[in-house]
Amino acid sequence: MSFWNAVNAIWRRELAGYFATPVAYVFIVIFLLAIGSFTFYFGQFFLTGQADLSVFFGFHPWVYLFLLPAISMRLWAEESRAGTIELLMTLPVPVMAAVLGKFIAAWLFAGTALALTFPMWVTVNFLGSPDNGVILASYLGSWLMAGAYLAIGSAVSAMTNNQVIAFVVSVVVCFIFTIAGHTMVLDFFQGWAPTLLVSTISSFSFLTHFNAIMNGVIDLRDVVYFASLIGLCLFINAVVIDLKRAD
Amino acid sequence: MIIIEDLVRRFGNFTAVGGISLRVGKGEVLGFLGPNGAGKSTTMKMITGFLAPSEGRISVCGHDVVEQQLAAQATIGYLPEGAPAYPDMTPQQFLAFIARVRGLEGDAAAKAIEAAVARTGLQSVLDQRIETLSKGFKRRVGLAQAILHDPPVLIMDEPTDGLDPNQKHAVRNLIRSMAATKAIIISTHILEEVEAVCTRAIIIDKGRIVADGTPAELLARAPSRRLDEVFRTLTTPDAEINVEARS
Repeated sequence: MSFWNAVNAIWRRELAGYFATPVAYVFIVIFLLAIGSFTFYFGQFFLTGQADLSVFFGFHPWVYLFLLPAISMRLWAEESRAGTIELLMTLPVPVMAAVLGKFIAAWLFAGTALALTFPMWVTVNFLGSPDNGVILASYLGSWLMAGAYLAIGSAVSAMTNNQVIAFVVSVVVCFIFTIAGHTMVLDFFQGWAPTLLVSTISSFSFLTHFNAIMNGVIDLRDVVYFASLIGLCLFINAVVIDLKRAD
Repeated sequence: MIIIEDLVRRFGNFTAVGGISLRVGKGEVLGFLGPNGAGKSTTMKMITGFLAPSEGRISVCGHDVVEQQLAAQATIGYLPEGAPAYPDMTPQQFLAFIARVRGLEGDAAAKAIEAAVARTGLQSVLDQRIETLSKGFKRRVGLAQAILHDPPVLIMDEPTDGLDPNQKHAVRNLIRSMAATKAIIISTHILEEVEAVCTRAIIIDKGRIVADGTPAELLARAPSRRLDEVFRTLTTPDAEINVEARS
């Protein structure tokens, strides 16, 4: 009871905090511009001649890679800098409740930005008759993947007081997780490494699992992958916060 | 209500608190005195569960601060050094957040907020963002947050630092008005404050208690009957200021 009470209080406070400053609006505008321009200019959305959103979703990992660490970098680093971490950690709040509350706020915020791309969905439905089941699955998969990026960023943010460091390190770690499944990387290993290693590397990649979901099949394995990665990162996050007490 | 036994805290090779034992009961206002870096804030951070002790035990209202951290924290109101608060919130939102985290809801929360606001004189700034408030008001927001749940134990790190004489007077009156029903620890650099509000004072130097007694007992130690003289003879100066070398 009191655990979820605390989680609720914290995610509401955090989410309200995003919208109390221009940060939220700037982020949403940049996110929509980035994803829109990628889709239309680089993805040549109109030239593919297909009424689906695979081009649009294909750019999500790359947009997330640079934009989501900008959200997650402040989660803990900002509390340390402002000294409010001392306030938060001396309230009767379990560490995991604080970690979860902050993560939920960031994830809901990313979900809001993602939901605001709905004109894309309206457009394809206006131009043709796409498979809306695939699109829904892709949206859910994209949101799940956003959670994984944010969880990594949140754990990194807990390790430093410096937001710039938190941002850069998060981008690097997220990049490794993203690129691991790219054909370029897999080709590099393909020639000499055992198949088991190649498939292990590829199975750790966001791309592999997200592409699977984008095909319209929400496989339990892909969901479990993202969910357990989120769980692991949040657990590490809580351990790091706890260790700081004794540091 | 507060029992501290052989408390030690090390940061790497540096011992910030080197074996402090003390008891504070209901109705006592204990003043922590000591030079900067003597271990006052570190001790307070350990009592409130923000830092874990390296050795020793702390019990607050019968709850061990390490073993039953949340239960202990629920009985404590804490004003950290510098009175940190979320800058993008208004005092109204901030206090509502604290109330929710502390498990106060509905009428109980509204009453607690109203009482804390009245005692700290925050009525005029309730809907201004905390970052726009003056230092005095920020400090009072921190105080309101600390007394919100009417805790049996109050820990305040330099509660009057940065306030003007009128505000200092008001805060001292507030502390005195709560003294009878609570166990209170305040830290301060202002020696007159000890005489004004404390029933007992402890002088800490280099992580150890060098004097413990009522303000009158401490005064009796110096021929001049001045607390600053007692303070100077018992504590080690940071570095000798060499007046001659400058001229």
